[in-house]
Amino acid sequence: MTVPEKRVETRLDPYVDVYAQRTQGLRVSAVRALFAVANRPEVVSLAGGMPNITDLPLDVLGSVIGDLIKSRGPQIMNYGSGQGEERIREQICEVMALEKVEASPDDLMISCGSQQGLDLVTRTFIDPGDVILVESPTYVGALGTFSSYQAQVVHVDTDEDGLIPSAFRAATIAARAAGRKVKFLYTIPNFNNPSGVMMSIVRRRELLEAAKELDVVIVEDNPYGLLAIDVPPQPALRSMDGGQVIYLGSFSKTFAPGFRVGWVLAPPAVLKKLVLAQESATLCPPVFSQFAISEYLANWDWQGQVEAFRSMYRERRDAMLRGLDDHMPAGATWTRPKGGFFVWLTLPEGFDSDQLSARATSHRVAYVPGTAFYADGLGSRNMRLSYCFPTPERIYEGTRRLGEAIAEEIELRTTFGLVNPKSALSVGHGRESSS
Amino acid sequence: MVQEVVVVSGGLSHEREISLESGLRVAKELTHAGFEVTRSDIQPSLIELLTTMDSPVVFPMLHGGAGEDGAVREVLELIGVPYVGATADACRASFDKALAIPTVAQAGLVVPDCVILPHDMFRDLGASTLLGLIEDRLGLPLFVKPSTSGSSLGVSRVDRIEDLPAAMVNAYSYGPVAIVEEYISGLEVAVPVFDIGEGPVAFPPVEIRPVSGLYDFEARYTAGKTKYICPATLDQSTTDACMAAALVAHTSLGLRDFSRADIIVRDGVPVFIESSVAPGMTDTSVVPLSLATTGENLSHVLASLVTLAAKRG
Repeated sequence: MTVPEKRVETRLDPYVDVYAQRTQGLRVSAVRALFAVANRPEVVSLAGGMPNITDLPLDVLGSVIGDLIKSRGPQIMNYGSGQGEERIREQICEVMALEKVEASPDDLMISCGSQQGLDLVTRTFIDPGDVILVESPTYVGALGTFSSYQAQVVHVDTDEDGLIPSAFRAATIAARAAGRKVKFLYTIPNFNNPSGVMMSIVRRRELLEAAKELDVVIVEDNPYGLLAIDVPPQPALRSMDGGQVIYLGSFSKTFAPGFRVGWVLAPPAVLKKLVLAQESATLCPPVFSQFAISEYLANWDWQGQVEAFRSMYRERRDAMLRGLDDHMPAGATWTRPKGGFFVWLTLPEGFDSDQLSARATSHRVAYVPGTAFYADGLGSRNMRLSYCFPTPERIYEGTRRLGEAIAEEIELRTTFGLVNPKSALSVGHGRESSS
Repeated sequence: MVQEVVVVSGGLSHEREISLESGLRVAKELTHAGFEVTRSDIQPSLIELLTTMDSPVVFPMLHGGAGEDGAVREVLELIGVPYVGATADACRASFDKALAIPTVAQAGLVVPDCVILPHDMFRDLGASTLLGLIEDRLGLPLFVKPSTSGSSLGVSRVDRIEDLPAAMVNAYSYGPVAIVEEYISGLEVAVPVFDIGEGPVAFPPVEIRPVSGLYDFEARYTAGKTKYICPATLDQSTTDACMAAALVAHTSLGLRDFSRADIIVRDGVPVFIESSVAPGMTDTSVVPLSLATTGENLSHVLASLVTLAAKRG
């Protein structure tokens, strides 16, 4: 082989020097690559947060959508209002009333899933370097959005009752003392993703009081509120103080995520800006989806369907908690969610859930390492376990496999002096957990 | 009749995602070359698919685990389906670095001084004693890696002895045997070898310069995170030595059709790090780049490998 004289220098991406600064955070990682294995059928995936919608009345939906196309095809397949269709906004007000939110259809805007609602809110409020306060831990998708707008994310401590208002006060005051603008607090008060924790009513009141006093906007993200398992749906923060809260809602968990319909309920001045931002981003939210959901809400016992979802998720949640009780080592703790999709597990001292994920995939079980839910590198002892999708039997089996992987890791780490040897003696026995 | 090719990628390996990307690229190139290409994961329907096809050829693009350790190729031999790449026996000898390093050393290549140990040896004999002996022998810094894994997964550079236990645990997360290597300071290159019927030929070395200084998983698979220079900034004799070393590795390990040797040039001498029997073919992989600089067409070369495999039967 003759070696050519002319050298080629490349970084294999001709655009590398022209990308925006905010894309710097978009990169591959070894842990993310392991998720590809989670899609294999032999792997029990406790990683994804995909709603289980196999029991939806597909024949009814097919018929409803077919009739819609026949009767109003030209309208529902055309552009629509930037704020969203009026009828579905009226229906959403009825949905929100279940969580005590009183609102007018004029005060809300349809978004392409609540994820886009969050994106538009962030775009509207954040300049690079502005502070967004978030729970510790918080939703990975929110962190991605905040990062893309170059926000500075500050985590606020939480416990089994949710976000700690005094920590919120302290974080706000500290950020301002450092010359930063605190633009809003982002919170998932009901069955937080990833922790599964529900904010207590007392905390909600204290938080609203503190936010008012400090003049901080609260962005309340509430995709799981109606999926309460052991308790009735809780009053939304927005229902307790309308002036300080921007509320994000979604049909992704109570109906189906593929329609991509969510909404934002905001004070009038904010809403005007959000509608302009929506028109700039998409012209209008998906019209076809809005009409389809409208028909579903109008013609089907959707509340009965949500009740069926609750029952299905309760069975899965119970299987996971039973499995964790049976298979986790002493020193591990985990939340006991009263609704939603997730359990947040804390490994014993000396463990690293990023490292453990390779061993877990070898044992054919997958989870999301805790570091994904922090902007500051914390969470290395944590993992998010989802119980929403697999069958209860698979969930239990997944916890058994996870227990095996952890037992091996305990032995290895004990060998190398990285964990307390006492942990190694008690695999599969005692437990500590928080609710 | 158009030759049918099944590109097998994915599998239940830690490198599944990379394998799927490589498989997609190979499938596109072979489709472009005029073959009738089907992509398949490792799944129960694969054998049925192959047995119902008329004289198919398999192009394994599996990385790690059952892909590179020869297991899938063993099955293909069992059902008599020809495939591109090294035999099952050669894969076994090459994929496990614990076996490959002594083989290429015996063939005359310089290899890093290393210690290869299963994790139970540390448990049975005491980790602190063994780690101390390793430090005495190899010094610092060190590289710790799993014996059977690729794509930099489980690999750590250790600059402080107190970080060695965590690096060992990281490597053992990917397999039961770990290699602790002396740190080789030098210019990192990758050298592809192709044999399209006239004997193995080494292609120009690709120099690898990660922006961060460490060629880890992120640097490998994020376009823009690594600068590649081909041919590498080596003088002619060192370039020749690298290409010769890649050929020695290819032949001494009994490889077939194609491979990629990873080499670090220390003081003008190529030090063999490892060979891959299923080198990556993603958009950030070095093999397609090396071919392109010589004017070779990737599609044409891969097609030649398929034709050769079909002839082998």
